[in-house]
Amino acid sequence: MSNVSAQIELLEQGLDMTSALVDNAAAGETSGHGGHGGQVVFDLQALSVFYGDFRAVRDGTLRIHDQEITAFIGPSGCGKTTMLRCFNRMNDFIPTARVEGKVLYYGVDLYDPAVNATEVRRRIGMVFQQPNPFPKSIYDTVAYGPKLLGVKKRGPLDDVVERSLRAAALWDEVTDRLDESGLGLSGGQQQRLCIARAIAVEPDVILMDEPCSALDPIATARIEELMAEMKRDYTIVIVTHNMQQAARVSDRTAFFTTEVNPDSDRRTGILVEYDRTEKIFSNPADQRTEDYVTGRFG
Amino acid sequence: MPLMTPSRAGAAAADSVRSRITTRDRDVAGIVMLAVLLVAMLLTLLALFALLAQVVGESASLLSARGLDFVTSPIGSDPDQIGIWSGLYGTIVIGAMVLVVAIPMGVGAAIYLEEYARDDSRLTRAIMVNIRNLAGVPAVIYGVLGLIIFTQWLGPITGGKSAIAAGLTMAVLVLPIVVITSIEAIRAVPSGLRDAGYGVGASRWETIRDHVLPYAAPGILTGTVLSIARALGEAAPLIIVGAVTGLLPETSLTGFFSAVPILIFQWTGRSQPPNSEFAFTESAAAAGLVLLVIVFFFNAAAIYLRNRFERRRAGQ
Repeated sequence: MSNVSAQIELLEQGLDMTSALVDNAAAGETSGHGGHGGQVVFDLQALSVFYGDFRAVRDGTLRIHDQEITAFIGPSGCGKTTMLRCFNRMNDFIPTARVEGKVLYYGVDLYDPAVNATEVRRRIGMVFQQPNPFPKSIYDTVAYGPKLLGVKKRGPLDDVVERSLRAAALWDEVTDRLDESGLGLSGGQQQRLCIARAIAVEPDVILMDEPCSALDPIATARIEELMAEMKRDYTIVIVTHNMQQAARVSDRTAFFTTEVNPDSDRRTGILVEYDRTEKIFSNPADQRTEDYVTGRFG
Repeated sequence: MPLMTPSRAGAAAADSVRSRITTRDRDVAGIVMLAVLLVAMLLTLLALFALLAQVVGESASLLSARGLDFVTSPIGSDPDQIGIWSGLYGTIVIGAMVLVVAIPMGVGAAIYLEEYARDDSRLTRAIMVNIRNLAGVPAVIYGVLGLIIFTQWLGPITGGKSAIAAGLTMAVLVLPIVVITSIEAIRAVPSGLRDAGYGVGASRWETIRDHVLPYAAPGILTGTVLSIARALGEAAPLIIVGAVTGLLPETSLTGFFSAVPILIFQWTGRSQPPNSEFAFTESAAAAGLVLLVIVFFFNAAAIYLRNRFERRRAGQ
């Protein structure tokens, strides 16, 4: 059991995390047989992220499974996005950011010096909070990633663009305006364009950082439908502020909260509980989770 | 006891709201401020037009009499014969040197400082502060620097007091401006755009090349044009580097040189010879007009390019 050492470390800190971690481990067991593919894609071991001396989030110990949607929920500042950005090393661009613990991706520690972060990001795509299509045409936005990978000929590029836009449920809406700018699309369309752009490089995993927070309910519903379809081909990790969204789309949910630091007034995020989504929302093991999902806090 | 029902209270409140929002009080401070701002704007315009009118008025008769001959003739001592060709040549060389030396170097330094250097390091901060200070150093000081480095130390290459040395001096002079404006432009690139590039597996350089620089291009362009305009109009460093004002029959990169601002400076101080039709001051005004036209074209080109970049950036 790879998170045994993490458990021990936590117990030594005298925290009441035992039950959550046991459930966590049990969830890992059950998925081994039955249900979805169930292969462990990410195995986080006692992951902490620091900005300088400040520990932004700690105790990230969880496993993310193939062809599932895993949701990170919790109040603002609880470190869900920070932790998500470790999955494809997007935190590399924050000079003061540093991690402790391990992020194993198919058994390889992503923070091992031998790991090529650019290649990691190619395999682990990302969709961001604000739709951020390139200031280029719709076609070029989607074709950008494949071009980087050496697809130069028009024919294969056309295929990739069409396939990606279809997979992102956007093709029918943009088929006759591929050479127009992606910035002319509506917010929801832009976000689906960003999903198409992520799909175009054929990643294994798609990370979504509050992908619907800038969208209206109808656009949100479309993205959620799309996620349910994408699950067949991709492992998805989504950060969301919206508990109902987590309940609707995800198979597993990790609940984060914040705790006051003894030495400063900044609050550190902490992973409270990770389990199957129905368990988190119906019968959570931790009181803090229950308070949050029932709306008593946050 | 007077009874105040909720609806009565509401009616009273509505009356008071009505009377308050229909007052005819004037925002006096606001109107005064508006007037001050308007006067400031008009005075600025007036100064600009006065300058333009003066230059055009002074040079009109000379330019209409001599036309292009004034542009293509060499400098000399007869105000009826002289032209600005030698100076124009030097000015063009200086502009070209700024373009090929200062712009790539300055933009490169800005990219390094903004995209690669750790912004929390003390060294980076020290460099930034120094670059800002360098932008405020008087031009004459750069002339001294140019004299020592480009005409003396590098004399064997530049040919001493030459157009090349002057161009290099001007390039160094405008370098801090190019760096600062480029840094500002790069800093204004939304972080979401970088994230987007990295998110599909673009490397740092690919992200800079494909997303950051195209987005920052309009801002960089503005700084570039400003710096070239500055280099074309500056006279003080050229005097120190050794610009010629007398006879200059031929133009070369590594030989003696002159520049339009030098000619203006020199001609404005000379009195009209007894038997000549035109005064040196008229030549000076005409040279100034030519310089203005050059800078104007630069600016126009920059505005055109910037609009094109911005349109593309906004997705139109």
